[in-house]
Amino acid sequence: MTAALNAKFSFDSLVVGAANQLAVTAGRNVAENPGTTYNPLFIYGGSGLGKTHLLMAIGQAAQKLAPQLNIEYLTLDEYVEAFHAAVAAGQGDVFRRRFQNVDVLLVDDVQFLTNRKEMQAELLRLCEALQLAGHQMVLTSDRPPVEIADLDERLISRFSGGLVVDMGVPDYETRVAILRRRAEERGARFQPGVLETVSAAEFQNVRELLGALNRLIAYQAVNDTFLNAAGAKQLLGITAAPPEAESPATGAARTPGGGDEFGAFLQDVTATVGKAVEAWRARVGEAVLRWEGEGYRTHRLEALLQQETPGAVDAVIAAFAKDVERLRALEAEVAALDPQAAGQSMFRDPERLAEARELATKVQEGVAPPPGPSGAFPLAAFAVGQSNQVAVSAVRAALERPGKQYNPLVLTGKSGLGKTHLLHALGLELAQKRGAVVACLSTQDFVDELISAIDGNRMDWWRARYRRATALLLDDIHLIAGKDRTQEELFNLFNLLQERERQLVFTTPAHPKTLDGVEERIRSRLEGGLVVELAEPDRLVRRAVLERVLAQQEVPFDEALLEYLADRPADSVRALSGLVQRVVAAAATQDAPINAGLAREVLEGQSVDAGRKSTGVKTSGLVVSSLSGIRSREKMVWEWPDMVERMIEELR
Amino acid sequence: MSLVNFTTREITCKIVYYGPGRSGKTTNLHYVYGRVPEARRGRMVSLATQTDRTLFFDFLPIDLGQISGFSTRFQLYTVPGQVYYNATRRLVLQGADGVVFVADSQARQLDENIESLQNLQGNLLELGVDIRTLPVVLQYNKQDLPRELILQSADLDDALNFRSVPSFAADALHGKGVFETLKGISELVLKRLAAGTAI
Repeated sequence: MTAALNAKFSFDSLVVGAANQLAVTAGRNVAENPGTTYNPLFIYGGSGLGKTHLLMAIGQAAQKLAPQLNIEYLTLDEYVEAFHAAVAAGQGDVFRRRFQNVDVLLVDDVQFLTNRKEMQAELLRLCEALQLAGHQMVLTSDRPPVEIADLDERLISRFSGGLVVDMGVPDYETRVAILRRRAEERGARFQPGVLETVSAAEFQNVRELLGALNRLIAYQAVNDTFLNAAGAKQLLGITAAPPEAESPATGAARTPGGGDEFGAFLQDVTATVGKAVEAWRARVGEAVLRWEGEGYRTHRLEALLQQETPGAVDAVIAAFAKDVERLRALEAEVAALDPQAAGQSMFRDPERLAEARELATKVQEGVAPPPGPSGAFPLAAFAVGQSNQVAVSAVRAALERPGKQYNPLVLTGKSGLGKTHLLHALGLELAQKRGAVVACLSTQDFVDELISAIDGNRMDWWRARYRRATALLLDDIHLIAGKDRTQEELFNLFNLLQERERQLVFTTPAHPKTLDGVEERIRSRLEGGLVVELAEPDRLVRRAVLERVLAQQEVPFDEALLEYLADRPADSVRALSGLVQRVVAAAATQDAPINAGLAREVLEGQSVDAGRKSTGVKTSGLVVSSLSGIRSREKMVWEWPDMVERMIEELR
Repeated sequence: MSLVNFTTREITCKIVYYGPGRSGKTTNLHYVYGRVPEARRGRMVSLATQTDRTLFFDFLPIDLGQISGFSTRFQLYTVPGQVYYNATRRLVLQGADGVVFVADSQARQLDENIESLQNLQGNLLELGVDIRTLPVVLQYNKQDLPRELILQSADLDDALNFRSVPSFAADALHGKGVFETLKGISELVLKRLAAGTAI
């Protein structure tokens, strides 16, 4: 009775995350070796978390591996119904024999055994018989055996005797992966951040999650517009049903019985064309349609259609199909090692089979490394001063003995102080070492890659890719907050790399111990290395940065300008860039040379030539301490309207 | 116009509804239009006078979807029936894969029917097409009118169908015989695919 197995529910279509990993692994094991490893396998979990999916996937995988197996899937209610029918027909023995001959018995929803003493006894007998014969049983329930009310003790012990695993609510990353896959299956597109927003919401199960996705798809289809993250949030926040405006009428239904006449006509035409079109052309046409539909180029087949009486049509079609199969195999091989390379067009053109082979060989020779450091941040260009001396010394020490001295090295500090620069600079230096594979990327990219890997069932590939790294450098590590799966994977990767003495470097805006949403085990590991802080740039750093920025602008400048700008307060390296931009822009507008005078005028609103401005500087009269937080003169209001102007303003 | 294009895998049938004025050609198309799902039909183009007479021609494209690997489309045209629009009729006839001749069953319209049939033959000849080689079916429309006003199918066959092509009694206003006629002409047209005599 394997017909009850829904082909849609296979292992391939199951998104695996931390919450169901154990159950899926056990399920795969059972499907590959029924009756030998975990027998019975008892899977429990809340509604809508994929128990039935997994149960059917086990059945299908087992059937695929051993087609001769007698596999039966049914719900407990169906089992009860079949039993009652058999008993009523006086064929209780036939019923028992039927189930005792099943090689893999998959029973869904056994929690309904409550208060069914007779069925419990029957199931107990069956359980014993199947186990004795070495046949596999897999059961699902919404609760563990001991919690099924009124369940016979012997059944509890039987059910618990194999393996009892639970399926939990999927974590954030898995939820994103599920949504992305479903959206792709449905051909729905969303603006960046929408699916992530949905995933971040507290859905109790996958069904609800997919329900939310359906609402988004329906909304977008009806309104013919793309929702953004905020819109999606608002839409899902509404408890009432989404606006389900009717789609435009399809027309056929407008006239009573309208479809029938046309349908019959269509059938007749189809039959006539079927008889009329030359059979071989139809075969070629179908092959072209099929392969084109799957995204393959079909020049070879189309060329056949140009001929009047081609020779071995079927042989050409078969050879084409074989080439496509080869391409598929090559693409799968490449995809496992380097997903980006797998997307190339040569894998869609059987005429380019040779090229595809070459590429596969190339990729096999060297698995694509994880994302590396950016060449835009060389260490030589990093301005050093008292404010970042400690951090730079730590980086140099790490470079001398990577993985051995400061591991992990954590760079902290506010935004714009050069953490990212220093991280990539260190990465670049490390990458120059022989055989180095430096993974240097933002934490957001790290999370996105992980989600893609989960989505594509390529976790092994993902892990292998990072495990071969000789150094792992992650920017903005605080972004893993709340992302349980990422933290789990990072934790394992961290341990492995640290054990192998591979250098680990992270940046974060605040001290690791203050990071909310980051698991204690990760926080403590971050603190376990060296945590160094980058302070606001001191004068030396400011001067060096300004010199570099001015040079980059390719504008002539004098020492006085440099000195003046270096004296200006700036709380970050980025702010210094801003200063230079303002001066350069003003010079361009006024068509004036860039010098200290102009800079003063632009940044302080004050002319160097006092004669040009007789009124001098007017202030609000407030004296602001430099410790009060307002340190930048540019952010102060210096020019206040005089009393008359203020009165006019108020009168208005 | 090629009926079948094996390279682009398209079948395009151009069927022209021909006949005297007021015989019900446009009515045929309107009925078909009402029965074809919206997704499968194009916009029906009708150029009519104020009194609803076809001025130029009606055009109804129908997409039948994929049939045996071929993207199949029907294009249904009508011609203006009035005698003085002959140039338009000839233009519309150009490249036709089949013709439905819609005859008015009223006895008093017999002469107009015969005249229109001869006009069809003449126009085809001018286009270099022998009517004997072109799929043609006859439709005897308005069979719902009182018996005393109309000729029966057998009589009309005697008068008009001297080549014994398929003929259909119809009441296009209410849809009777409309799809039977369309089916009849489609079969004739499509069967020519096998013979490889596509126009």
